[in-house]
Amino acid sequence: MAGPANEVDGLGRCQGGKGLEFLQPTSLTEALELKAAHPGAVPLAGGTDLMVDLNFDRLRPEAMLDLTRIDELKQWWPHDDLIRLGAGVSYTRLVSEIGEYLPGLAIASRTIGSPQIRNRATVGGNLGTSSPAGDALPPLLAAGAEIEVASAGSSRRMPFRDFMIGPKKNALAPEELIVAVHIPKARGPQQFSKIGTRNAMVISVASFALAIDAGTRAISCAIGSAGPVILEAPEADEFIESSLEESGAWDARSRIDNSVLQRFGELVAQGARPITDVRGTKAYRQHALAVIAARTLTWAWDDYMASA
Amino acid sequence: MRIELEINGDTRSADDVWEGESLLFVLRERLGFPGSKNACEQGECGSCSIYLDGNLVCACLVLAGQAQGARVTTVEGLAEDLDLHPVQEAYLKAGAVQCGFCTPGLIMATHELLERKAQPSDAEIREALAGNLCRCTGYEKILDAVRLAAKARA
Amino acid sequence: MRAPTIQKRTEQRGGVGESVQRPDGVPKTKGEFAYSSDLWAENMLWGATTRSPHPRARIVSIDTREALATPRVRTVLTHEDVPGRKSYGMEVPDQPVLAWDDVRYQGEAVALVAADHPEAARRAAGRVKIEYEVLEPLVDPETALADGAPALHPSGNVIRHIRIRHGDQEASAEVVVKGDYQVGMQDQAFLGPESGLAIPDGEGGIDLYVSTQWLHIDLDQLAASLDLPPSKVRITLAGVGGAFGAREDLSIQIHCCLLALETGRPVKMMYGREESFFGHVHRHPARLHYEHGAMRDGRLVYVKARIVLDGGAYASSSTAVCANAACFSCGPYNVPNATIDAYAVYTDNPPCGAMRGFGAVQTCFAYESQMDRLAKALDIDPVELRRLNAMDTGATMITGQEVEGPAPVAELLKRVRNAPLPPDGDAMDIRTLPGGVSNTTHGEGVKRGVGYALGFKNIGYSEGFDDFSTARVRLSVVAGEPQVEVHSAASEVGQGVVTVQMQIARTELGVQQVVVLPADTSIGSSGSSSASRQTWMTGGAVKNACEAVRARLLQRAAQRLGKRHGKLTLDGANIVSAGSGSVASISDIVGDDPIEETKEYHHRKTFPLDPRTGQGNAHVAFAFAAHRAVVDVDLDLGLVRVVEMATAQDVGKALNPQAVEGQIEGGIAQGLGLALMEEIQISQGRILNPSFTDYLIPTILDMPPVRADVLELGDPHAPYGLKGVGEPPTISSTPAIVAALRDATGRPLTRVPVRPDDIVGLDGQSG
Repeated sequence: MAGPANEVDGLGRCQGGKGLEFLQPTSLTEALELKAAHPGAVPLAGGTDLMVDLNFDRLRPEAMLDLTRIDELKQWWPHDDLIRLGAGVSYTRLVSEIGEYLPGLAIASRTIGSPQIRNRATVGGNLGTSSPAGDALPPLLAAGAEIEVASAGSSRRMPFRDFMIGPKKNALAPEELIVAVHIPKARGPQQFSKIGTRNAMVISVASFALAIDAGTRAISCAIGSAGPVILEAPEADEFIESSLEESGAWDARSRIDNSVLQRFGELVAQGARPITDVRGTKAYRQHALAVIAARTLTWAWDDYMASA
Repeated sequence: MRIELEINGDTRSADDVWEGESLLFVLRERLGFPGSKNACEQGECGSCSIYLDGNLVCACLVLAGQAQGARVTTVEGLAEDLDLHPVQEAYLKAGAVQCGFCTPGLIMATHELLERKAQPSDAEIREALAGNLCRCTGYEKILDAVRLAAKARA
Repeated sequence: MRAPTIQKRTEQRGGVGESVQRPDGVPKTKGEFAYSSDLWAENMLWGATTRSPHPRARIVSIDTREALATPRVRTVLTHEDVPGRKSYGMEVPDQPVLAWDDVRYQGEAVALVAADHPEAARRAAGRVKIEYEVLEPLVDPETALADGAPALHPSGNVIRHIRIRHGDQEASAEVVVKGDYQVGMQDQAFLGPESGLAIPDGEGGIDLYVSTQWLHIDLDQLAASLDLPPSKVRITLAGVGGAFGAREDLSIQIHCCLLALETGRPVKMMYGREESFFGHVHRHPARLHYEHGAMRDGRLVYVKARIVLDGGAYASSSTAVCANAACFSCGPYNVPNATIDAYAVYTDNPPCGAMRGFGAVQTCFAYESQMDRLAKALDIDPVELRRLNAMDTGATMITGQEVEGPAPVAELLKRVRNAPLPPDGDAMDIRTLPGGVSNTTHGEGVKRGVGYALGFKNIGYSEGFDDFSTARVRLSVVAGEPQVEVHSAASEVGQGVVTVQMQIARTELGVQQVVVLPADTSIGSSGSSSASRQTWMTGGAVKNACEAVRARLLQRAAQRLGKRHGKLTLDGANIVSAGSGSVASISDIVGDDPIEETKEYHHRKTFPLDPRTGQGNAHVAFAFAAHRAVVDVDLDLGLVRVVEMATAQDVGKALNPQAVEGQIEGGIAQGLGLALMEEIQISQGRILNPSFTDYLIPTILDMPPVRADVLELGDPHAPYGLKGVGEPPTISSTPAIVAALRDATGRPLTRVPVRPDDIVGLDGQSG
């Protein structure tokens, strides 16, 4: 028991000085070494989730590992048909710099918090927290992103669906850090929509991301805040791909029938596994997903029809 | 731990900072800058908005150590000598101040908006200030204040 | 003989009727205004509170040893350490300072810690070992009312029952509509957390700097629980970050003083946002059953209502809230026959008490919903139905009281009806659409709706309470110029009462330089900054004191100047006579002998309600407002954007027009919050959303422009004819928004806040 008997300062610090330590590496190599030495250290970037837990007395780890001094994490660049997005790039920069390549993620980024939050919060943070309500996560899944994680001396990449494994649970090993996300450049229109009961600054009740690959004629969806993880909706994907194929809409660039949109929405809703909680009911989440799925598909398809 | 940083142009330091303290706590309780307000400590209200190395952030969401060596501007640093900053003047004139607890954060957010966009539309003002909650004014006079401050720049 | 000169009265800058800037505005914009959470003292300790995790339990034992052994901790206190009265409360002292054998709500305070770092204090507070025998909480007010329910307090579970029997109890009507309505638990959600600093004086007394709405009621309760004579307890108002009713009850006051007296050191206490949700009372949730009977032509015949307010664990101001709910249960309409039963009930839910609108909010939602329902049943335009039944001066309330003074209900309604409607939204800009930046619609599913509502409530305290305010005014000469010093205990909570005191002194004494001293308990009570009363009551006291100072000034001038000038009056800073014009300046007469007067202002007498019939002249005055809401609703998603709020309100006299607008706009924002998003959600007595992440208040993207039409009809009983302004905007804005939603959706929407589920029809409600 970390009782007061062996505590020296009332702040959790015991004989030998161990309490909440603050670690501030300035390079990725140093960060990974520190993480190996302190597997219980909690990596901290913009602090928009973790600081709330600290301020509300819910988080008292052995150490906080500050990643904001590591320049390598704040870079992004295109390589081949991918964008390599450093885990520490802020949402403000995503909105202003990357919309051309990753429109879905840019739309989602704009819905996150407020300017103050977007100036600090990072994609790496959303991944680290792995909340089903993380707004950046559905666009990553819909776009087929891969997560690059590293530990001292090694690194690995895994698809997003293998990374997030439960509510606030991911595949990160204790000695690993999230380094970057590799996201295919958009090959067609992308969309994102999020339900909240306030018109700004709201945690999603349900969210939906959609990406059209005009090259391979594929459509992928992802559902947020309606299950333990960000969910795919393969049946909806397959249904809409085959409907568009059969109707010749890809070539004709013709509108999608309302009945098809409606069925697509239903399949998305069926793919969700929502619960009732303080932010919304299970029934509403399902209902709303059907609506925003049909709408976002319409918007994305309008863009496709308008494209040369 | 010891924290040293630049606040409103001056170097300041605090000793014996507990590692779990936020930058907001250090500013308010250790360094004598209580202008940034502690309304929610969860980044929802914007009352503690400051510039951290030129970016508008909620000081409650910055761990003190993260601000080591940083350049911070708080609401106390906007006015020059005895004169109010034009944004502060506009809030006063427009009647945008009631209890005033949200005011420092809103003034910082307005300052940042007008630096980015000198003549914002109403929709742009609303989007830019959506992270600053006010419970007294209903925001109408805050919009007036931003318009007034923008006009003063034109 | 010289012709008498006609004196034109000198305009006084910054007086009554002008939009004077608030004197605390400069420090507030610079971040230099000292709120209660900004205070600091050398050698200061931090206090923390150990709270019950259970809504209902018996305390078996409390062991403070481990907490006390925590390094940096100076003291740990329990109920045994409360020297005086062990409980407190404004109307009924039923709430333990620190719980002893029972806890009655989640978050009830059980122990206190003081340490030299807030983290150490919090850790130690978590180490107070309390053994509970956990009991099943009684959370349903109807169950608590029922026969055989376990009594939560020795007095039983009914805090108050107000019974109104007015007119013919057997009256029948041609058309009858019934409805059941619910109002969720709203939070005041002020931004400045509960906080204060207590400094022991070393001689057994204490100074407390705190944010509160009523210094003297705090003083009474503090002195009783600290077992100190009131002279040993001095309270000074620290900067208040909003109040809205949530600072009427005590929060940190006794606790902070106990810790400071015990340790002999200054102690600061400051709740975080989560603790704040447990640290103050909320708006009473209500269930309301209504029956309206009318003639075919729309004239109301009777209203029957049963109103149940969940008072939660302790009484707070439930007795007065209950009376208000009953008295204003039928709206500003001519209702010849009424049968009203309103109950405030104890449960194991969080305690409920004052919030802006105070009982009138809950019933307004119900009776205005009923008026719309009745209009539909009669196939009459809802505005026309309201106009037809609108109260006017001379009308008789359901309490039998005659409405004296202006009651321009039909006029207010006409004004909002005739206000131009806003243009259509811009489908190209998602920020102007329901869902806002969340990108939920580009115009699909969006339908516009328009709704109206009327509301009213009492100004000031009712039911025979001899309410008063005290002010001291001192006229002196400083550096050759006249200066007025005003002192009262009125709490400046943001509403602008400091500015108003200054304006009144300028107008009454013609002196530009006015200083309002900090509010504290070294002067008599000013009463509470609540019930829309403070400008009226403290304004009245300052006016009285100024008049007394002026009389003495003129008397002194007459003595000094002799009788040759005839009757003297004050014009600006000059003493003038009809015959000779200016004969002296204030400075000449005052010299180095200041004139000081302390006066009280009492409103006209009110009377209790008859316990059997609820009849009686219980109220001082009434304030009325009308609202029109225009909303855009996403019918498919149930999301809403309020496009515009139009309002008309009679304020009697706008002492500071800009501040009046600020009250109206801010009050509407809180009404909008209740209509659309604000609710403390509770399950089995536990709060599910004690944070600003999940208790949502409107942002600047949620709040529309307000079109305010301010009438100044002048109340004959009030200083300058002013009426209170703060509450009416919050009362009828909520039902107006819901009426607009019904207009767009056709759904009944009988509960606020309206949830998206209700709009899209997932709750089983049908159109």
